[in-house]
Amino acid sequence: MTSSAHVTLRGVTKVFPASDGGPGVHALGPIDIDIRKGEFFAVVGPSGCGKSTMLELLAGLTTPTEGEIEFEGKPIRDIPEGVGVVFQEDACFPWLSVEGNVAFGLRRSNLSADEKARKVAAVIKMMGLSEFSGTYPAQLSGGMRQRVCIARTLVVEPRLILLDEPFGALDQQTRLLMGDEVLRLWRETGATVFLITHALDEAAMLADRIGVMSARPGTLIDVVETKWPADRDSRIVERENFGALTSRLWKSLRDESMKTMGRMGI
Amino acid sequence: MKPTQIYQIAIILAFVALLEVLCLTKVIDKITMPAPHFILRDFFLMIIHGRYFHEVGQSMFNVMIAFVSAFVIGIITGTILHAYRLVRDVMDPLFATYYAIPVFAFYPLFIMIFGLGDGPQVLIGYMLGVVAVIVTILNGLDRVPRVLKKTARINRLSPFQTAIRVTLPFCAPFLLTAAKLALAYAFIGVIGSEFIMARSGMGYEIGHAYTNFDNATMYPLILLLLLISIFMNGILTAWEKVLLARRGQA
Repeated sequence: MTSSAHVTLRGVTKVFPASDGGPGVHALGPIDIDIRKGEFFAVVGPSGCGKSTMLELLAGLTTPTEGEIEFEGKPIRDIPEGVGVVFQEDACFPWLSVEGNVAFGLRRSNLSADEKARKVAAVIKMMGLSEFSGTYPAQLSGGMRQRVCIARTLVVEPRLILLDEPFGALDQQTRLLMGDEVLRLWRETGATVFLITHALDEAAMLADRIGVMSARPGTLIDVVETKWPADRDSRIVERENFGALTSRLWKSLRDESMKTMGRMGI
Repeated sequence: MKPTQIYQIAIILAFVALLEVLCLTKVIDKITMPAPHFILRDFFLMIIHGRYFHEVGQSMFNVMIAFVSAFVIGIITGTILHAYRLVRDVMDPLFATYYAIPVFAFYPLFIMIFGLGDGPQVLIGYMLGVVAVIVTILNGLDRVPRVLKKTARINRLSPFQTAIRVTLPFCAPFLLTAAKLALAYAFIGVIGSEFIMARSGMGYEIGHAYTNFDNATMYPLILLLLLISIFMNGILTAWEKVLLARRGQA
């Protein structure tokens, strides 16, 4: 692990065993990368390249077939302490109010009930959901539900936030605004953020560095440094070099996406 | 009141009015069925004089035991079966054919085992309901989104905590459906068994009144049974509506 590395992946490979005892599906790797502490790191890649598998490995939801993943210098064997995940799908608990959903994250905390309530209220306020704390998810828009999920993740103050295409189900305008919110939260919390996305412009707008993955089995074929200032927001898309950045990403990805489409028979 | 509720009440009132006319015009003779206003009168007299309260209480107690045991054991069994795919696969054919088995046919066997008390009635009510609960809860658990299970894991919930705090709450609408089924089957099993071979209970009294052409007892008891059953189902349905409204499914 390098001195500033927060997360380290060394030779990480994932092979899913075949149900019929065959050779299995080589989904990912080998992957070698260091993610710096406090960095916003995005990963883009063609469909089925193993992006979500990579995130599940970092979250401890699955284990690598080969290689080692370290978070804060300790190997990840199970769900690591200090890691929060926001999924693409709606992960709100429909039977709990906004407040109940956010408080769910603090279930294991040793804080007193008053402290928990204060913390939950603070995060709900930070996410602009104060008016809706007693509302149930079904009464909220898709963007607001995703904010509830982000709030539930933030309330435990994770040091590593994993975002699995969190805006995938939202419209373009909401995505841009949610992107602004994520950047603001990233600055405020100082957490390391690992974002999986298929949207090149989203990765280019949000990340400090972008890893470009090959078609399956996914490996990192390029790592692009954006060199954006930390206080950026969605207006960064107006910059001249933003177009050049997304073009570079697409240039790296185009052939890989073609391979995937060929496999899918499109 | 919603238009659908008004229509529902109107249909029931129209049906009662039709019966009243058919009875008063002797299309339906009074030995077959007294006019609904006589049934209502006998019903209120029965309630005022507290007749059959003991029998009603006994039957409802047995229905409740059958219902609660079918519901609780059904949920526990369903949750365990969901966790063990192999056991579920083994059991699935039994569940699929279970309702083709006439449970009432085992009544003599149950009497030999449990005697002539309330046990056989409760057991039949339980047996009729438990598999409906298991199948319904399995159906609900199959629908729990994977992302909620992953969220539970990220929050470091044990499998038991996941069941209690995530999967079963998600299945609450299915639990209420299961409760409604268990209740209906408990009524059918217990009251039906009392008809066949019992010395007390609502079913026995209805059967006894029937064989003695005692319509003044039989119809008020049937009406009371209907009202109790509708009332209990109504509570569960109202609860279900609140739950579904919260989830935007009402």
